Amino acid sequence: MATPKVISRTATTSESLDQGYKWGFTIDIDSDTAPKGLNEDIVRFISAKKGEPEWMLEWRLKAFRHWVRQKCQEPQWANIHHPPIDFQDIIYYSAPASKKDGPKSMEDVDPEVRAAFDKLGIPLNEQAKLAGVAVDAVLDSVSVATTYQDMLKKAGIIFCSMSEAIREHPDLVQKYLGSVVPYADNFYASLNSAVFSDGSFAYIPPGVRCPIELMTYFRINQVNSGQFERTLIVADEGSYVSYLEGCTAPIRKESQLHAAVVELVALDNAEIKYSTLQNWYPGDKQGNGGVYNFVTKRGKAAGVNSKISWTQVETGSAITWKYPSVILQGDNSIGEFYSVALVNNYQQADTGTKMIHIGKNTRSTIVAKGISAGHGNNTYRGLVKIMPTADGARNFSQCDSLLIGDQCGAHTSPYIEVRNPTAQMEHEASTSKVSDDQLFYCQARGLSVEDAHSMIINGFCRGIFQELPFEFAMEASQLLKVSLEGTVG
Amino acid sequence: MTQTLSRYANYQAAFQSLDAATQGSSPSWLRQLRHNAWERFQQLGFPTARRGNEKWKYTSVAPIASALFDYSPSPVNAPAVSLSQLGQLVPSAPDWNTLVFVEGCFAPALSTQPVQGGPVLAGSLAQAASGQARLVQEHLSRLAKVEDDGFTALNTAFLQEGAVVHVPDGAVAPAVVHLVHVAAGSPRPRVIFPRTLIVAGANSQLTLVESYVSLSQSRYFTNAVTEIVVGEGAKVDHYRLLLESPEAFHVGATCVCQGQDSSFTSGGFFRGAALARNDFQVLMDGTGAFCTLNGLFLTTDNQHIDHLLNIDHAKPHGASRLFYKGILGGKSKAVFGGTVLVHKDAQKTDARQTDKNLLLSPEAEVDSKPSLLIYADDVKCGHGATAGHIDENTLFYMRSRGLDLETASRMLIHAFAREVIDTVQPHALQVFLDVIFSQSLPSASLKFGGAP
Repeated sequence: MATPKVISRTATTSESLDQGYKWGFTIDIDSDTAPKGLNEDIVRFISAKKGEPEWMLEWRLKAFRHWVRQKCQEPQWANIHHPPIDFQDIIYYSAPASKKDGPKSMEDVDPEVRAAFDKLGIPLNEQAKLAGVAVDAVLDSVSVATTYQDMLKKAGIIFCSMSEAIREHPDLVQKYLGSVVPYADNFYASLNSAVFSDGSFAYIPPGVRCPIELMTYFRINQVNSGQFERTLIVADEGSYVSYLEGCTAPIRKESQLHAAVVELVALDNAEIKYSTLQNWYPGDKQGNGGVYNFVTKRGKAAGVNSKISWTQVETGSAITWKYPSVILQGDNSIGEFYSVALVNNYQQADTGTKMIHIGKNTRSTIVAKGISAGHGNNTYRGLVKIMPTADGARNFSQCDSLLIGDQCGAHTSPYIEVRNPTAQMEHEASTSKVSDDQLFYCQARGLSVEDAHSMIINGFCRGIFQELPFEFAMEASQLLKVSLEGTVG
Repeated sequence: MTQTLSRYANYQAAFQSLDAATQGSSPSWLRQLRHNAWERFQQLGFPTARRGNEKWKYTSVAPIASALFDYSPSPVNAPAVSLSQLGQLVPSAPDWNTLVFVEGCFAPALSTQPVQGGPVLAGSLAQAASGQARLVQEHLSRLAKVEDDGFTALNTAFLQEGAVVHVPDGAVAPAVVHLVHVAAGSPRPRVIFPRTLIVAGANSQLTLVESYVSLSQSRYFTNAVTEIVVGEGAKVDHYRLLLESPEAFHVGATCVCQGQDSSFTSGGFFRGAALARNDFQVLMDGTGAFCTLNGLFLTTDNQHIDHLLNIDHAKPHGASRLFYKGILGGKSKAVFGGTVLVHKDAQKTDARQTDKNLLLSPEAEVDSKPSLLIYADDVKCGHGATAGHIDENTLFYMRSRGLDLETASRMLIHAFAREVIDTVQPHALQVFLDVIFSQSLPSASLKFGGAP
């Protein structure tokens, strides 16, 4: 079967290269917005707004009460610095005001929203359908439209917004929601569980190989609003799915909060491939504004021979706090983590992964590349835990950091806990700058300093980009180039 | 509050008795230092493994904090130790300069006389404080700060006896200096506070061995602090042997400051102690300094050992090598925390950390956290950590050559250990270490060739 193509969201014209952040337009749509602040009423408001069943509200309230018990004490252990977040100064629900039951067909989608997504290059309309990617677009926490329903339905695949899933497939949601990231997991996960407004839900039935790549597109539009979306993907026995996630936000002077939760469940012989291209607004050159990205992503390789693979390219956000993890529960299950994290100007990233080996002969691979430029600080923080039951477990970790300029920092803090002697665990990390010899060689061949840097950096990240779907990889290397603009030469 | 008071009541009483006993003999600055440290200890207390306390994440010191230890400030109560008893416990060579401390008190009878032209040695700080007052006052408690560590504060609060080694500028110490700390063993568990100050002047050379041994198998608590000042262009080789009783608690901190173009090499060898902590802080405070920290530890039964090794590259052109190896048997647990910090201006730093662990039993556990914190761009830093069992293919090869499983695995474990032992320079020490480590190697308690 021919692999369907993904439409690239950026025009790879030269104009994209000489602008700073070209995704920073705002869309003017009336939104149906909750008042600022957070209390039980807001949680009830969100739940009522979505017409959720009683059990969902109960779950949200449990999460909210747990969050309150933590007394607004966000975790302090990460190597990131930001002014305290006023959680009462955030709008927790902001939906584009639309017809009561949301758009029924593509024609019902607000033309302005559609135009906005066109600007972003999202294949939301018919023409995009030809390109062959199913998109669930989430604008300010609310799912706007999901394309390609018919084709997916034929294959038995459920791909819809979380609100729809709660309405249409409550049994599946009830069974899996919170099964990987419980509401009490961490501060931001509790917050998300209480107030999440939408997100994507995907269920791949047994033995089905998802014919197209599923994609969610996130955008924060409203001023002062936080985005709290929730994604749940369940791959039933013997199924396969590749899932893409992209994000942008308009330029705002104030920082915006994004606290998402992503849960993946892979049953026996199932495989989930999850790719992220994170391009939230990183703040200006002085470090003002930008998105605070505090995300909990975790997958459970629950079944035997199951596989979960995370690939991420992180170029945006003022602060990234994100540890896509895999719980390797099933025997022979596989976990993978491939990451490129780039920080420039005053961006901060504390990111990495957790691999928890529980089943026998479980294997995990971690390849993390960090690039620091300007005044950016980049931390790899990872955990490899091999439990006593994980006989024959195998881990390979490699973390490389590249430093550009003498004001930035690159840090590596792996945690390794081995409790089974038959396990083999290897960790390697290196930190260096772009070698003068390599630069000299490239320049001697006629490349400008900037092009030479760009080429070397692309080479540095090549291993990760190869893991991305083709057009996503093209876009990723463009993003890197734009993000690094002006740091050298 | 009342709980805090009662918890440290026995230390409080001990501190007061020491303070009273040394009213006349200790100089006022030393008494002031102790008072400040005691104040600080009362604020800090013993560390807890609460959330966010990264330094003690994997180690609980509750057994130390909850136990009651006797303390005696005067050497009178120390049990008698004979030279022959000592000879079996520690490495020795005829030309070594040995200072022996029994239960924390200097024992001149067991020590050798200082060699003419050798480094200035002083057995008790009180004694040095009168002769080398300026030197001691200048350096004591400068590197091992009481502010941020409860154990260092506690040690400093009870600072009285201790070794001082000073090599003047340009001098080369003719023989190995050996500091022996003996726990004689007593029916009631005691606490010992060994303290060492080493000052190597500019362009001097010194080889130093610190040994912590026990005559008995009993329980006691050693809380040691060593400060080492390595002057410009100086070369110091330092060895630290932890051969404590299997019931003992040992918390040791070594703080090193290196001058320009100096070289500091350390070899740590750890066997024994129910709960041991090895803190190592190296500040490379001059350009072009070189530092090597090697280590080998062996744990069995329910032993717990925790290494925290920090190398702080504060100046450019520094190089550091960290190489630790562990062999774990029984239900033992080892923790390795290594940090290389490269400051903003420390360009051209070359740092390498390696931590290798051999797990020989299904219940052993290793927690490793080698971290790099880098704020300069023109550097070459890396780390590697491994954990696993003896390689099955290698074993198979050896068995195909006619060696039985037991011999083959012993040979491989021994070879694993030898890599660190071979870095030891003084021959007598190398031979001694090889013997004691090969004697106590745990055998592999895993089955090979079948399904686990």
